[in-house]
Amino acid sequence: MESWRKSPRAWALSMLAPGMWLALFFLAPLSLLWLISFGVKTGITSIDIDWTLANYARAAQPLYLAIFLKSLWIAAATTTICLIIALPVALVISFAPQQLRAWLLLLMILPFWTNLLIRTYALIAVLRGSGHVNSVLGWLWQLPDGLLAMIGLGGHHLMGAQFTPLEILYTDGAVVIGLIYVHLPFMVLPLYAALNSMDRSLIEASLDLGAGHVRTFFFIVIPLALPGIISGVILTFIPALGSYLTPDLLGGPGSQMIANVIERQFKAANDWPFGAALSFLLMYAAFFGLALRGLADRRAAQPGGAW
Amino acid sequence: MHRKTGFSGRGAALTRRHFVQATAAIGLTLGGLPKAAFASDAEEKQLNFYNWDTYIGETTLADFEEATGIAVKMDLFAENDELFAKLREGNPGYDVIVPTSNWVARMAAADMLAPIDHGRIPNIRHLDQRLMEDDAFDPGHKFSLPYMWGTIGIGYRKSKFPEPPSSLKWLYDSGKYSGRISLMSECDFLLGMALKYLGYSLNSTDSAQIAQAEALLIKQKPHIKSFAEDNGQDLLASGEVDLALEWSGDIAQLMAEDDDIGYVLPSEGGAMWQDTLAIPKGAPHPQNAHAFINFIHEPRVNADITRLVRYATPNQAALAQMDAAYMQNPAIFPPAALLAKSEMILYQGEQAISARQEACTRIFAA
Repeated sequence: MESWRKSPRAWALSMLAPGMWLALFFLAPLSLLWLISFGVKTGITSIDIDWTLANYARAAQPLYLAIFLKSLWIAAATTTICLIIALPVALVISFAPQQLRAWLLLLMILPFWTNLLIRTYALIAVLRGSGHVNSVLGWLWQLPDGLLAMIGLGGHHLMGAQFTPLEILYTDGAVVIGLIYVHLPFMVLPLYAALNSMDRSLIEASLDLGAGHVRTFFFIVIPLALPGIISGVILTFIPALGSYLTPDLLGGPGSQMIANVIERQFKAANDWPFGAALSFLLMYAAFFGLALRGLADRRAAQPGGAW
Repeated sequence: MHRKTGFSGRGAALTRRHFVQATAAIGLTLGGLPKAAFASDAEEKQLNFYNWDTYIGETTLADFEEATGIAVKMDLFAENDELFAKLREGNPGYDVIVPTSNWVARMAAADMLAPIDHGRIPNIRHLDQRLMEDDAFDPGHKFSLPYMWGTIGIGYRKSKFPEPPSSLKWLYDSGKYSGRISLMSECDFLLGMALKYLGYSLNSTDSAQIAQAEALLIKQKPHIKSFAEDNGQDLLASGEVDLALEWSGDIAQLMAEDDDIGYVLPSEGGAMWQDTLAIPKGAPHPQNAHAFINFIHEPRVNADITRLVRYATPNQAALAQMDAAYMQNPAIFPPAALLAKSEMILYQGEQAISARQEACTRIFAA
């Protein structure tokens, strides 16, 4: 960890390229945006930086705070469900035979070979009223109805007179489904990494000493996988919080998230200072999450740490 | 934004607009930025055209090159705000652009457009005088000449309605078709048509009237399936909704594929728009740009374009070459009495846009 002190020149040299990259493509545009967030629009395309806090004050209005809260809620629901789905998936992959494991991981990242927009459009086709989910449900609905008809009860409409397609698309639920679909690999991969490096003998010891599978899972596996869980939660929660394409395409009339508001400030409303202020509030929320992670790491690093 | 959607069939929900975004996002960018030409005395034989997708004739660009020797490089944009954002920090090298009327005014106010020399466009004589006089967005057509025009109205599934749903009431103020309605998410028109329903001007800047329109929409919201991002026609095509507030051209293209789709301009009046040809400031080839605009309004050329894009052309000489099916299509040419009640969407200044945008944020958040 301290090895860079021994050859500082080599270290500096190796940091040159990523440092320049970071400065040019991350720090410079971000600083510009940060300045703009303290600006005021003086013409259609002109912005004066006069260090006003008016944009932040406007962003703190109940209207925008409510949209922030709604985004937090959708991102939290996405992350929670992702975690619940990803834990068993990651366990299965890490306990799979070596040859199979590579294939399972490949399957996990396979959707990334297709563009997000195309995948979202595919989801529209799956979720819509006349889409695939509803045709399967309609087909399943017909099965018992057909059986009832065979035993002479067909006329009684015990299953209801007609199959009503589920209204999934254009709801908040569709947004959460879309976000889970997109972010699941970001949860599975760090979980897999954590589980894979876990000392298996601890599980065996737990089982030998009389703990059941459930107890072993909750008291041995989960604490050991905790760094992976935290990474996965952050990798899922932060992009989900800032997503705008998914609510745009899958959401209903009330599914607007904060990134949709930000997008409108930069495009149709042409109000960059306000859009920049909203963006930075979103970014501070993300930093807050990362700070929590740092805190958890430090606790874990302590010899007598809680985990 | 809209209109230039191509294969919006029942199965394929992918409009061309989104297809363009998608391919661009994958990395197959369509050409990228044209290089700004280095100034020379005689203009080099090149032209950079920034257009909507499927919004030019199949052979127009090749024909132009054959006639003049000027090679055209076309880039595509999908929304007016995309065009605006691209030119915001200076013209990256485009010679001819295709902004919609209200954006012409915004771009002119931002000093982004170069004046057009009407003397160098003799084909201007073919343009419909009535349209030329409807020039509140660009007095005297100093910066723009009309390319195509159209309306915003109600697309509907005919079999669900014994009578055409000709009032905005069914979209904005009634639970009769609850869950079967899509409105446009584009704020100017979402609020503008609510204002129209309430009997005010489409372009109203009166805060009390806008508040009233906002309240109307918040009350109606439970009945609305979607504030569609330029995909109302897809929702209509796939049967998700039976009523859609949409661009006339999007519905006209759907009508060509599906006999069960109709289009009416509301009895309260609709919104009108013009897409225009304009030359952005700092265009590297202004002479070629004038020649190109003139060429597009050559009657034969214009008729070829119109046959493909199926919008209303302002070019009278080209109209004379169109067939009856085109001339009698109510989605392309609505009844004159309803057109008279309709209004051209205007640019009312940044304050007005800001106020409308905030009203829309409240509606979407309600």
